[in-house]
Amino acid sequence: MKIIVAIKQVPERDAPAHIAPDAKGIEERELQFAMNEPDAYALEEALQLKERNGGEVIVISAGPERVGSTIREALAKGADRAIHVVSDGLGARDALGVARLLAAAIQPESPDLVLTGLQSEDLGLGQTGVIVAEVLGLPHASLILQVEKTGSGLKVKRELEEGWFQHIELPMPAVLTIQSGGNKLRYATLMGIKRAKTKELRQINAAELSVDAAPTVTLEQITLPKKQKSTQMLSGTAKEAAASLVEKLKFEARVL
Amino acid sequence: MSVLLVLEERNGKISRVSWEAASAALRLGAPQEVTAAVIGAQTEKLAEEAAGKHFGKVIRVEHPLLDHYTADAFTLALEQLIQKESPAQAVFPHTYQVRDYAPALACRMGQALIGDVIEIGEGPVFTRQLMQGRLNGSYRHSGTGPCFVSIQAGAFRAELPASTAGAAAIETFTPSIDAAQIRTRPGEPFRGSAQTVDLGSAQLIVSVGRGIREAENLPLVEALAGALGAELAASRPICDNGWLPMERQVGSSGQSVAPKLYLAVGISGAIQHLVGMKGSQCIVAINKDPDAPIFEIADYGIVGDLFEVVPALTEAIKTAKQ
Repeated sequence: MKIIVAIKQVPERDAPAHIAPDAKGIEERELQFAMNEPDAYALEEALQLKERNGGEVIVISAGPERVGSTIREALAKGADRAIHVVSDGLGARDALGVARLLAAAIQPESPDLVLTGLQSEDLGLGQTGVIVAEVLGLPHASLILQVEKTGSGLKVKRELEEGWFQHIELPMPAVLTIQSGGNKLRYATLMGIKRAKTKELRQINAAELSVDAAPTVTLEQITLPKKQKSTQMLSGTAKEAAASLVEKLKFEARVL
Repeated sequence: MSVLLVLEERNGKISRVSWEAASAALRLGAPQEVTAAVIGAQTEKLAEEAAGKHFGKVIRVEHPLLDHYTADAFTLALEQLIQKESPAQAVFPHTYQVRDYAPALACRMGQALIGDVIEIGEGPVFTRQLMQGRLNGSYRHSGTGPCFVSIQAGAFRAELPASTAGAAAIETFTPSIDAAQIRTRPGEPFRGSAQTVDLGSAQLIVSVGRGIREAENLPLVEALAGALGAELAASRPICDNGWLPMERQVGSSGQSVAPKLYLAVGISGAIQHLVGMKGSQCIVAINKDPDAPIFEIADYGIVGDLFEVVPALTEAIKTAKQ
């Protein structure tokens, strides 16, 4: 089975999110970056499918040069080779524009399966996988927790709302967006990190893919959220804050 | 300017999030400009329910192949409906189902969906959250063709004024769908595990998130829940790691709760969690990060190290109860 996993590099969780002066992005200078967690689950699913069924796992990621470090991490975890769609201007594209770029780079590989995380932790659009399927003309299923190869295609477990699930059968080639929690994530081993340095990492310039970049949706401005409630912040030492919280809960909110 | 509103069914009725999306649609157009669509194999009851509200008209998008949801059939049906109606905007509730097909539907019409919208301003400008709720982004549709928008649960009112103009006219639209065009075979929905914990009826909940760092630290919050007589709940990552069973998960993929007291420990407050608990009467957040979005909806907040604050709080509650 030839599996392509689309991964995204995102700011590390809990990284300070300072709005850039033009209010169209966040300050990147002091940020650390990491692999988007749902994409890490997609990669894990791909590696386990390969372990069970054989084949090849190829990671693809779009973004500036810094994305290379996240791609190396995926190679260290066990992906066989990688494609980096190099672009400094992804921010100007909408979800459709980015997905078209990825689809154009994926198409010549003719994979049996394309996996990606259900959403990113920075923009949270949650659309890339579904649009890639549409652009490539492939069937898809989203929010998937388990993937099983059957005689003719795939049987997957899809998460529904409020604790419900369903199985879906679909033919290959197909695109799946992976929900977190389906598997336990592996760490890269020292040997894996060493091997990753010798694996193929092919760079494609986004401009070479000649994909229309004109967005139909544009980000006007990034702002700080408005507070929905007036929160009483309780200060002091842990002991003082705890004591005043108990007071408040007892006599003000009357919930104790 | 016409607005197409796509309603979803839940247990035979139009779902609450659909009515919230209807409120959003009514921000974009006058009631007579809003067309509400119900989709399925038998939509008569749903259409009647929708027609009681103040819409321009209600369309029954009906076909035997729309009996069970599939992305292929829904995309085909709505593509044909949108071509016929050519609305300026198409508005959806941001459900798992909509997330599964609306991006493909928008793509087929050369558009990108503006998903998970929490606010609509003049323009129209659509606001959605970024960076797990730490920031907001405002978006504008700039292309030609319909603008696709999905509305986050809990962001708009579900209560619509009843129609004073009498019931809206109901039309039927039969899309052309061939069974061969449906590539996926969905199975019947099933429950993940036996639900032995009913968080929905709990009065007091202590909920724990990533801030707890390791499973070995859980006794800390268990002691707090014990002192309070509260149920223990968690955000998704805790259950993903298998530290607590899935049935204790609060959020869009877990249970929805509305206790008297919701005490969030080490939970940053991603939207998927907030939709499951923001109806709580009193929300307390303990987090080391003063910018964590959980503080935006908290009544009381303590910025600090949970490994110091939680034991202190457990002691303070024990003392208060003596």
